Amino acid sequence: MSTVETTPETVAAEAPADDGQLKRTMGRFNQWDTPWLNPKLLTGAAIIGIILLLGVLGRFLWDTDLAYTASSPLNLPPPGFVNTRGQEGIWEHPLGTENSGRDMLAVIILGAPNSFLIGVVAATVGMGIGIVLGFTAGFLGGWVDELIRLISDVTITIPSLMVLIVIQSALRQVDISTMALLIAAFSWPSPTRLIRAQVLSMRESGYVQMAKLSGSSTRDIMFREMMPNLIPYLFASFIGNATGAILAAVGLETLGLGPQRVPTLGGTIYDAIQSAALLRNMWWWWGIPTLLLATMFIGLLFINLGFDEIANPRLRRSSQ
Amino acid sequence: MGPIPRNYLMRRLGIFFLTIFLAATIIWLIPRLAPGDPITAMIDRMTRTAGYVENSDIIIEGWKERFGLNDPLPVQYVRYLGNMLTLDFGYSLAYFPTTVSQLIAQALPWTLGLLLIAVTITFLIGNFLGAILAWSSTPRLFKYLIPAAMIFTSIPSILAALFLLYIFSFLLNWFPMLGSYELGVTPGLNLEFIGSVIKHGTLPALSVILVSFGYWALGMRGMMITIEGEDYMHLARAKGLKSFYILYRYMVRNAILPQITALAITLGTLVSGQILVEYIFAYKGMGTVIYDAILNQDFAVIQGTSFMLIVMTAMAVLIIDLIYPLIDPRISHGGK
Repeated sequence: MSTVETTPETVAAEAPADDGQLKRTMGRFNQWDTPWLNPKLLTGAAIIGIILLLGVLGRFLWDTDLAYTASSPLNLPPPGFVNTRGQEGIWEHPLGTENSGRDMLAVIILGAPNSFLIGVVAATVGMGIGIVLGFTAGFLGGWVDELIRLISDVTITIPSLMVLIVIQSALRQVDISTMALLIAAFSWPSPTRLIRAQVLSMRESGYVQMAKLSGSSTRDIMFREMMPNLIPYLFASFIGNATGAILAAVGLETLGLGPQRVPTLGGTIYDAIQSAALLRNMWWWWGIPTLLLATMFIGLLFINLGFDEIANPRLRRSSQ
Repeated sequence: MGPIPRNYLMRRLGIFFLTIFLAATIIWLIPRLAPGDPITAMIDRMTRTAGYVENSDIIIEGWKERFGLNDPLPVQYVRYLGNMLTLDFGYSLAYFPTTVSQLIAQALPWTLGLLLIAVTITFLIGNFLGAILAWSSTPRLFKYLIPAAMIFTSIPSILAALFLLYIFSFLLNWFPMLGSYELGVTPGLNLEFIGSVIKHGTLPALSVILVSFGYWALGMRGMMITIEGEDYMHLARAKGLKSFYILYRYMVRNAILPQITALAITLGTLVSGQILVEYIFAYKGMGTVIYDAILNQDFAVIQGTSFMLIVMTAMAVLIIDLIYPLIDPRISHGGK
């Protein structure tokens, strides 16, 4: 987006277009000139942070018991609006209430972190498997590599949502952690592939050869030489995975296959569709969770773009 | 260009069959590992309501017979695999005696048609925008507009579908809210039917297009930037070739090929996204069949439709992967 993030390596690698750019870049050679202070990354982190804060602080500031059925009057719009029966919204329920008397604000406070949590747990588990398999494949090579590649190629072709739909509809009752683990079973192939490719290319690089020659152990090479270089890629891959996992979770929830005992954003949308909230013009019921989810995904996008730019300096230069 | 190397072909075919085998096994095995076997549960539910369902004892007997619940598990598994291979998914519980295959045969053309149109449009628009975005001669204004459009990409299609449905069907009343065509219209090759199909398909297609074109644009842009640094680009510039000629002959033609591989990788996500969109719009495709089946706890239908979609996706990916070496001469399939 701007020249601010241009790092010395880019300048060295690519001849600068004009002298002015070089001077500008050199002028920012200070401690704040770190690629980690990427504006996109910070924007995304702020968006996600605000949503999570809503979930954490909301529990103290708002009565979350209102998220249970029949705790509030039915079908109230947010204040300032009128529902189809002519009732006006009241400030006791600032985001309105739904069909079975749940307060929307309380539902969202409880639901937003749940949807997010599923994604993070699934992505973490998937990432862990990916790191182990990717390093193993890249380092050992041979038939182990072949096998790992084969399994990840096979898994990546399966549309995971379809399998998850079958499993969840057979299980009926799922809790958040089961759901996260089921999703994680499909979110390891892409980090595995990424890490394998990076390990293969790094294995031949000068500093790894150097470390080998100086007698470092395999573990040291893995964790002290290779891992630090992988971190931006790992983060980008993690965010991508988390996004995919939240997407899968929301998909299942909106089909009515999510956890039923705790409120989730997707589950709220499912309830709204079931009760024809769209036709009854109860936009606050389906619209607020939809909007919140969309915001969450936009935040994740920004974080992802930020990590991409950190991992790949060329992108920083070209996005000017 | 040349014939597809045998090794590569065998590997790809192997992956294809392994994918189908693995998917079939997972959707058979996991429900059985869980407490409460789905079929027993289903039959229990049916037994409970047996007094109200006509011919229910015959149905229950048929189901018990069909699933061979008294046989040992390995026998059941082999029989199940055989049924899956012959696309025999059994009967729908909710619409007995309709078979699952009949339900699929009705729904699949709608899903495939919508998917094909949506993916083609998305692929063209996305790659065009991506190319424009990375091209140095593009007006500056464009470059600010496109990243904003990228934001759409991060939003799941089901959320986009809800917003589009609300704005264009409910508020503006421009498009119908539900279904794939008007109820009174007779399906066939007449203008009225085609018009109705287009009208009903616009919003579902738009939901898919809106949220996925940015993916292609981003990918294309990344590819173009990589190509920008190649030596032959400097040569082309030094030769004084026209900017547009360089864009088309040197950049787009090289950059578009990896995008086709990307299509193979993301197809699963695209299919999943569309299934959800179909359910929101009550479009007559597989998504609505699956949703109805979930509501009716019609496990055979869920299993059959999901398996069918998995097979279709794997097949499409196989075809893309096999065509790819024919169109990209840079790829060799020897050891890689």
